[in-house]
Amino acid sequence: MFKKILIANRGEIAVRIIAACREMGIATVAVYSDVDRAALHVRKSDEAYSIGPAPAAESYLRMDKILDVAKRSGAEAIHPGYGFLSENAKFAQACADAGVKFIGPTPHSMEMMGSKTRARQEMEKAGVPVVPGTSRGLVSPEEGEEVAARIGYPVMLKAAAGGGGKGMRLVHSREELRSAVESAQSEAQRSFGESEVYIEKALVNPRHIEMQVLADEHGNTVWLGERECSIQRRHQKVLEEAPSPIVDPDMRRRMGEVAVKVAQAANYTNAGTVEFLVDQQKNFYFLEMNTRVQVEHPVTELTAGLDLVHLQIRIAAGEKLLFAQSDVEMRGHAIECRIYAEDPDNNYFPSPGKITLLLEPSGPGIRRDSGMYEGWNVPMDYDPLLAKLIGYGADREQAIMRLQRALGEYFVAGIKTNISLFQRILRDADFQEGKLDTGYLDRLLAKGNQDVTSAAAEPQIEELETIAAIAAGMFAVLDPTSPGSKNADTTGQVSAPSNWKQKGRSDGLH
Amino acid sequence: MVYEVIVSCGAGGKSHRLEIEKATSGWECRLDGQPVNVDAVITRRDVLSLLVYGHVYEIKREQIATDLHMWAGTTCFAVELRDPRSLRSRNLAAGDEKGPRKIFAPMPGRIVRLLVAENSDVEAGQGIVVVEAMKMQNEIKSPKKGIVKRISATPGAAVNPGDVLAIVE
Repeated sequence: MFKKILIANRGEIAVRIIAACREMGIATVAVYSDVDRAALHVRKSDEAYSIGPAPAAESYLRMDKILDVAKRSGAEAIHPGYGFLSENAKFAQACADAGVKFIGPTPHSMEMMGSKTRARQEMEKAGVPVVPGTSRGLVSPEEGEEVAARIGYPVMLKAAAGGGGKGMRLVHSREELRSAVESAQSEAQRSFGESEVYIEKALVNPRHIEMQVLADEHGNTVWLGERECSIQRRHQKVLEEAPSPIVDPDMRRRMGEVAVKVAQAANYTNAGTVEFLVDQQKNFYFLEMNTRVQVEHPVTELTAGLDLVHLQIRIAAGEKLLFAQSDVEMRGHAIECRIYAEDPDNNYFPSPGKITLLLEPSGPGIRRDSGMYEGWNVPMDYDPLLAKLIGYGADREQAIMRLQRALGEYFVAGIKTNISLFQRILRDADFQEGKLDTGYLDRLLAKGNQDVTSAAAEPQIEELETIAAIAAGMFAVLDPTSPGSKNADTTGQVSAPSNWKQKGRSDGLH
Repeated sequence: MVYEVIVSCGAGGKSHRLEIEKATSGWECRLDGQPVNVDAVITRRDVLSLLVYGHVYEIKREQIATDLHMWAGTTCFAVELRDPRSLRSRNLAAGDEKGPRKIFAPMPGRIVRLLVAENSDVEAGQGIVVVEAMKMQNEIKSPKKGIVKRISATPGAAVNPGDVLAIVE
């Protein structure tokens, strides 16, 4: 087993990996940018090294600096987390060249899955169902028109090197196709340095369901159940759950077997996720493979009863999987809420800044993976994910009830968060009935905000209004020197309390 | 102690007269002249446990730039606390309605561009400057109809919450 691991990441995932290392008796090395010196992952690690300025391109994406820290600190392995360098085959290769174990798949598997057209070709060869379309880049708009006529509109144009919605175009008719191909190609060229664009049939309001796989370096591959990830916004997942409300044991087994086939076709090792689109008839199609630990891995950990990060480290250290597919048993239901620094009243615009008060839930069936703490300044330079709140129960209903309770106890002041969004989702009738697809969240948000304040458990707003007035006065009386009391002027700065005034007032009380 | 408390949740605000006095045990509290049975304990900074006729409320206090918020459960109330005897409070109150209004940066970020020039006419809700944070751009809007008296934001500059970006009169 490794004695020391470098974590090439920040935020909640770095903290989560550090926790796994500590549990396994492995020393940890953190890296940090200039704005992350006080970040939680630095505080929690055994050693930490600065790797440059705030922009990720100058710090968390700098392979040379990270490998240099690995060498200096004597780390034997690097865990890349998710995002940043986690799916960069060149980085995995550079680690191998430097004699440091990359905790993830081989550069070869990553390359194969990194190009969407190449992955589609391999999957077709392996007999895995893919969304109808081309598996090579379009040579001309005419070819696109031909294919689209064959598979039927609407169609989706996608960049082969794509991700995050870049180089993607939904096309409804032949008239739109030519200009869409051209603009998708030029956007792909600008974003990824590669203009290759292919075409797929667009599924209407599909579900997004993914399957967790795990493969050791001795030829054993298992699947660990699906995650329902249909609740998305701007191609960003917001809430995930395991199991999916629509997947039955037979469909689960078929999806799992396909996912294992995908992994084996890529000679895949370590933890990975096979993403599927599922249509209204519950047909599932291979979408892509994510070659890293996912943000939403905790819901699988809770339902499968396994620690995926422990297993990632064991596999990277050359250990064999100690269980077979027949040993894997899913139990209960888990739902994850991604707590983002976002302003619900301002179109979910990011909201960095200082956390002035933080009250965090725990208790039965609640897991919280967090990268924040009270007094910390959330930097404006990175992804706004602050923490993940996961509710676990014997069934979906209990998981929802526990999450609702915990969300009510979660309070973050100083910055805005999307906590209220989850309270809305969890009490929405469609959500409770499991009627989900990738258009769900946009539809919910389009309904407007009216229902937010009318939660049944809340006393009337008017009553609360008087309570707020009394509270404001009590705060000022009990804690007169703090912000917001009568001594705060309009610039927000607290002026020193005048002793004369205080004296006069306390005298006046008698 | 006598306060004028203006509480708002969404649009519009209500003004209350709040009297709080130390009693032999606990507090004597009158809201708009009506006595209210209140017990209050600060359990940690910015967290108040209130007991009102036996009902328990946990109220959280938040200060963002110049705004004071009281959170009751998931409901957020913007609160202004004034000492009606203070001349400064009265002057400020008048200034809020008519005089110049400062536009503050609501969050840390970077100025991307200006949408209006100094001395131009703006409508309430019109964008004044664009601030970028976490790879997203946000339009900071004018709180009132008027003339842009001053713009203190410079494209490319970093700003902190509470920094004055512009003044509209």
